[in-house]
Amino acid sequence: MRPAVQRLLALAAILTTAATPAVPPYPPVRPGPALSFPVDHGAHPQFRTEWWYVTGWLRGADRQELGFQVTFFRTRPAVDPANPSAFAPRQILFAHAALSDPTVKHLLHDQRIARAGFGLAQAAVGDTDLTLQDWTLQRGPDGRYRTHVAGHDFALDLTLAPTQPPLPQGLAGYSQKGPKPQQASYYYSVPHLMVTGTVLRNGHRAPVTGEAWLDREWSSTLLDPTAVGWDWVGLNLQDGAALTAFQIRDAGGRAIWSGGSYRPAGGVPEPLGRAAVTFATDRRWRSPRTGADYPVARTLTLTLKSGPRRWRLTPMFDDQELDSRRAGGPVYWEGAVSAPDGRGYLELTGYLTPLKM
Amino acid sequence: MIAGEWRARPGRVVLAILAIAVGVALGFAVHLVNRSALDEFGRALQAVNGDADLQVHSVSAAGFAEGLYPILARLDGVAVASPVVELDARGADGAARDITLLGVDILRAAQATPSLIASPVSGAAFGSQASPFDADTISLSRAALAALGRRAGESVTLTAAGRTATFRIAGPLAGAGEGQGLGVVDIAAAQWRFGQLGRLQRIDLKLAPAANREAVEAAVSWVLPADAELVTAHNAAQRSDSLSRAYRVNLEMLSMVALLTGGFLVYSAQSLSVTLRRPQFALVRVLGVARRGLLTQLFIEGATVGVGGAALGIALGFGLAGLALRLLGGDLGGGVFAGSHPHLAFAPIAAAVFMGLGVAVALAGSLLPALEAGRAQPAIALKTAGDVIDPERRPSPALGAGLLGAGAAAALAPPILGLPLAGYAAMALMLAGGVAATPWLARRLLAPLRHLSRPAPPLALAIARLWGAPGQAAVALCGIVASVSLMVAMATMVSSFRGSVESWLTQILPSDVYLRLDSADAGLDRAAQRALAAAPGVAHISFRRTTLLRLRADRPPVALTATAIDAAHPERTLPILGRTRAAPAGAVPVWLSEPMARLYDRRVGDTFPLALGGVARPVFVAGIWRDYARQFGAIAITDTDYTRLTGDAGRGEAAIDLKPGAAPAAVMRALRETLPPGLATEVSFAQPRQIRAIALRLFDRSFAATYALEAIAIGIGLSGVAATFSAQTLARAKEFGMLRHIGVRRGQLLTMLAIEGALLGAVGVAAGLSLGVTMSQVLIHVINPQSFNWTMETRLPWLLLGSLAMALIAAAAGTAVLSGRSATAASAVNAVREDW
Repeated sequence: MRPAVQRLLALAAILTTAATPAVPPYPPVRPGPALSFPVDHGAHPQFRTEWWYVTGWLRGADRQELGFQVTFFRTRPAVDPANPSAFAPRQILFAHAALSDPTVKHLLHDQRIARAGFGLAQAAVGDTDLTLQDWTLQRGPDGRYRTHVAGHDFALDLTLAPTQPPLPQGLAGYSQKGPKPQQASYYYSVPHLMVTGTVLRNGHRAPVTGEAWLDREWSSTLLDPTAVGWDWVGLNLQDGAALTAFQIRDAGGRAIWSGGSYRPAGGVPEPLGRAAVTFATDRRWRSPRTGADYPVARTLTLTLKSGPRRWRLTPMFDDQELDSRRAGGPVYWEGAVSAPDGRGYLELTGYLTPLKM
Repeated sequence: MIAGEWRARPGRVVLAILAIAVGVALGFAVHLVNRSALDEFGRALQAVNGDADLQVHSVSAAGFAEGLYPILARLDGVAVASPVVELDARGADGAARDITLLGVDILRAAQATPSLIASPVSGAAFGSQASPFDADTISLSRAALAALGRRAGESVTLTAAGRTATFRIAGPLAGAGEGQGLGVVDIAAAQWRFGQLGRLQRIDLKLAPAANREAVEAAVSWVLPADAELVTAHNAAQRSDSLSRAYRVNLEMLSMVALLTGGFLVYSAQSLSVTLRRPQFALVRVLGVARRGLLTQLFIEGATVGVGGAALGIALGFGLAGLALRLLGGDLGGGVFAGSHPHLAFAPIAAAVFMGLGVAVALAGSLLPALEAGRAQPAIALKTAGDVIDPERRPSPALGAGLLGAGAAAALAPPILGLPLAGYAAMALMLAGGVAATPWLARRLLAPLRHLSRPAPPLALAIARLWGAPGQAAVALCGIVASVSLMVAMATMVSSFRGSVESWLTQILPSDVYLRLDSADAGLDRAAQRALAAAPGVAHISFRRTTLLRLRADRPPVALTATAIDAAHPERTLPILGRTRAAPAGAVPVWLSEPMARLYDRRVGDTFPLALGGVARPVFVAGIWRDYARQFGAIAITDTDYTRLTGDAGRGEAAIDLKPGAAPAAVMRALRETLPPGLATEVSFAQPRQIRAIALRLFDRSFAATYALEAIAIGIGLSGVAATFSAQTLARAKEFGMLRHIGVRRGQLLTMLAIEGALLGAVGVAAGLSLGVTMSQVLIHVINPQSFNWTMETRLPWLLLGSLAMALIAAAAGTAVLSGRSATAASAVNAVREDW
């Protein structure tokens, strides 16, 4: 579950509710078929929404640590498939990228959006091959992902090399997100991606290395109507283990659903049920811009088969808030966090206004 | 002294002030209206175009292939390319006004032309609950809602490019300018519903922040197909400007003519007043006031008249402009800015300029009389209030002839900045020359009368008076000559134009019934054409296709008309001017309209490339034809060549000859019934008689402002004549007393005055007529071709000129008699005693 996802979901909700009878139905997400690669690296255009979500930590020659996030979304609007126009909005692509730089003390970010077509915007079926104007995310025959994104004040050119097999979330890739079985997604992650490449900031291009995390998720119905926001965290642990945890909150701040997984290095993932994931708040940060009050320092408790384990999550810096209201988006916090034995990303949504679906 | 003089004769001052006020008011009003209309036009353009940095536009309504879009989107320096389908649409229930229907990709438009989308779009929130990609939704501007008589939430059925589709009206389009009839739908819906699959009319470009504009323009031009062209905000503005510039300059020049006539009136009023006050001036000179002081005083008088008149004129002009905008619209009836309803905005700089012009004209009007008063010898001037010019000195024609010659030379000059400025200078020079030559002409015309044997006493007295006081006669005459000549020039030009238009209409509309599809993009296919040809009552039918081609980015598009033309005898179809040439074998012959040939500098025998069917092909100019309908040019091509080169077999118009005895109404009904229902509602019929009537009505409407300005100039001229006469007559009370003493009866005096007036009027009318006809030739052969690129044959409006001459002579005589009545009413004894 990811933050800018919220924007996509709201977009999808609007785009996909038009009552056009001729629109082919969105396939439901059911437990069952195992994930199949490389096909599932590619797009699943029949489903309502889908995303490729990369987050990670980078370090340059100056030893300065940076957080980054590159996301491509796909959504299928409810349009009449009979329209033969090449401009018919059969698929909408949306991409978002952000850079967390502790010396800047706030996020640099930019985005792209387009209807698929004319080779200018596309999400290929069969393997990861995304183009959105000048932004790209592609998986090569060597299994490495390459991405290029350029905002007005930063640019990323990164190669992400897998070091571990994909990590199916939930039940072999079926990940429930709410009380009802159809409130679910197909979900897998690729943790511990080895990053090399360059970052352009302040007009200078500098080589970087680091470690990243890829989330892949596609769905037709995701959230329960009572949900107002969610917290999500994914950590690459130093020992090679990977940790995923999320909770979906209602208006009272209670978790109406939660879940996650823990995969030890070289082991099999252990799915975590509703009772096995707890987020506690250590410190809050109030945004001077929006007044939103975020629990930016957390203690995460997972009840594993081997017993409960705790991780204290500390943000790279406090102000990793993103206010996209001027562009019609929500206000949320999405930032690089570290634990004593790992690094990752934390996302906090629905803290200013409830998520509208 | 000024105050004293004005208290004594307030009427004259008021008249002079009014003359200046009317001139300034007309000039300022015309300027304001034009400016408001232009601003509105610019806003309209901006509203339709959004605020793209660059724009690629199709040269015709058919658009260009959409494959250009990804090519442009990938160019270096292009940040956003926003594809647009642009169509003229009309409410299917017969709404009077068209709206511009834009099909946009809201995601691209949000970045390239944000004013064209209903609400900000990005990421998640699309602002409204409706999907922005919904093929059934339309966003309408306020003006479009009003034009279609709809409200948000209702549905509306629109016809464009011959197809009809129904949309649900979503929120209003807030970014559209006031008065802009705009509708925005999704681009895919527009392509699908209106038969534009694969076609675009426009691509809006937003440049990357660091992009070099010239480099991007060059790169874009490099990849453009022949049926698309680059439009920048700059050349679009230039185009909208040239659209109306000629018309605007013409109106402003005419209003300047009114101001100029006002200047002559100030001149005659001031010189009269100077003449009458000569003894008074001589007295103050004798009492020690320097000549300079006197000059200053007269100058202050002129300036006061000028400032008062100009200030009044600015206020009047503002009111007049408001009234004109409400009643006539932004183009004063010219049809240039059809459908726009601009807002009036006060223009301080223009106000200052017109105010200055008014003051300058008033000062110039008082300069000559003031100099003259300063030159007078106090000793002589003390005794006489009469004419100081020696009647034995012959007025020289040199100055007048020189000015007229200079005018003739200026008329031969080419246009400046695309405007006939030299032509207007020629008219002004000729006017000044004509007025300057008037005293000489008066002498020449009156000379034979002096040798009449035994004239009746009143006639003899009148001739003697006119001969003996040439200066005063000249003052009275110049007002008449100026206003009459300007009016004659305009009337002759308008009548020539109207006559030429009328015969041109008869020539180009020889058939009995004409059929037209209201939508420019729709067409009658071959099946529909065959059905129409087979309709009962139709003896012969010929089809025509008119599309618009934009040949140069900074010019309005020209019309391309495909019709059945016999290449060997084009004059059977087209009103050919001059010679024609047969196209060499294999060349595609085209015939250019006169404005087209002049605007693009093409002559018979030239070959030039023309974008037909997306490919530039060489065409051969086989002839030039007269066209008053399309000011920006038209190209005629044979229908076989057109279909062969473009693949477009559809036709939008048809000319129908009826079988003998067939009733036009029945045939029109039959023709409509043979068409498929979608087209039947789009078709309108006209008969040449109607078309001629509509065309001439449009013509008269566009000249309504011209007529009004002319009438006002004449009115000012006539009131000047009346003022001059009454003042002169009143000043001659002493003379009348003397005449009474030596036995002239009062009736004879009045007859004498009437003859004087009539003679002066006749001289003025003769001078004005000849000058006016000369000036009309400048209008016809210089100013019109240079501003509108068409020529015409001179047709003198004899009836109008004759009645004008009679009316003016009668008015001059009548005014003289009327003012003579009061001047001769006093007893002879008192009259002579006064002042003595």
